[in-house]
Amino acid sequence: MSEAYFRVESGALGPEENFLSLDDILMSHEKLPVRTETAMPRLGAFFLERSAGAETDNAVPQGFALLPRLECSGVIWLTAALTSQAPEILPPQPPMWLVLQGSKLELPLWLAKGLFDNKRRILSVELPKIYQEGWRTVFSADPNVVDLHKMGPHFYGFGSQLLHFDSPENADISQSLLQTFIGRFRRIMDSSQNAYNEDTSALVARLDEMERGLFQTGQKGLNDFQCWEKGQASQITASNLVQNYKKRKFTDMED
Amino acid sequence: MFCEKAMELIRELHRAPEGQLPAFNEDGLRQVLEEMKALYEQNQSDVNEAKSGGRSDLIPTIKFRHCSLLRNRRCTVAYLYDRLLRIRALRWEYGSVLPNALRFHMAAEEMEWFNNYKRSLATYMRSLGGDEGLDITQDMKPPKSLYIEVRCLKDYGEFEVDDGTSVLLKKNSQPG
Repeated sequence: MSEAYFRVESGALGPEENFLSLDDILMSHEKLPVRTETAMPRLGAFFLERSAGAETDNAVPQGFALLPRLECSGVIWLTAALTSQAPEILPPQPPMWLVLQGSKLELPLWLAKGLFDNKRRILSVELPKIYQEGWRTVFSADPNVVDLHKMGPHFYGFGSQLLHFDSPENADISQSLLQTFIGRFRRIMDSSQNAYNEDTSALVARLDEMERGLFQTGQKGLNDFQCWEKGQASQITASNLVQNYKKRKFTDMED
Repeated sequence: MFCEKAMELIRELHRAPEGQLPAFNEDGLRQVLEEMKALYEQNQSDVNEAKSGGRSDLIPTIKFRHCSLLRNRRCTVAYLYDRLLRIRALRWEYGSVLPNALRFHMAAEEMEWFNNYKRSLATYMRSLGGDEGLDITQDMKPPKSLYIEVRCLKDYGEFEVDDGTSVLLKKNSQPG
């Protein structure tokens, strides 16, 4: 790890995301279900360029779902279900897509935030399943069994930013987020402080991104302590960055 | 969907293991800027039509494109800024002279930024510690032992240290 590289931290758990934070940009790319309240004409290229080329680091398959066949001014619009996991499903459609009033879509958080306003003139936002009543009960029963990485790898950050949409369930959502974290924290702390020099993939598999960050911090603390105990703290070693670059250079030569 | 290319840039940086600098994606950046230009021009014409032709139903569409423009801007700025943070780290971890492999990963402007940064840092370091300056990029961890090696420059004679021991300081000797 480069010690001199200080990346911009995520602000998602607070009132606003950090503009320059890569983590926040990735988090706000996740989708949530919305309902359009008005038509948006001329968005020709909107669905034409599918996200075929964009791989996601996250395992959650998200899709665009348009309303089935609707008529509008004599033109018929067809259904399409596009998923970013199966780019070959549809050949490129002619750019005639129109987002009509009352269609249900999945839009990324950044777009939903931008188009949302108090009077809900353009969009109204629905809560994703995992922030709704049903899942909240699951979380309150036992937060440790849930695979938060699968549920949307930015569970806490995304959930916190969802509160901007003034849902009547906001109080419950925030309580649920908090209690879930409290329930899971003990295990994360324990495992990060006791897994020394071993493969931790099983331990982090079900953690969301924020929890993984915590786990890493814990591991770093543990490794630093062990290093100090062994008396390696005062030895001068080549910085990790330099070592990594040297390794890479060798394989470049081999190619 | 707009802003996909911009997201690719972000993911590329995010994927690089902490602190490493991937090659500058000039092509990707150019595509993002082209998308922004297209969005902007479409919005311009729609705004004119909305104002003069009374088509207020275009407003949501205009807002949509505007959000995409803002998003593209955010992604590009964050991409460039994060790369600068990594390049800055290189000065502190690698030193003044970067290996060629790394230099090829940087854009010309980034190289210029690196040189300016080096210069500012050098000027600052020269201003510390008296005549010779102080290289603060060395010895970033505090010393482990209480004693350091000292060489006397001048004859002084007997000198009594804090804890009571006295030391004889003679030119060019190195009392422990």
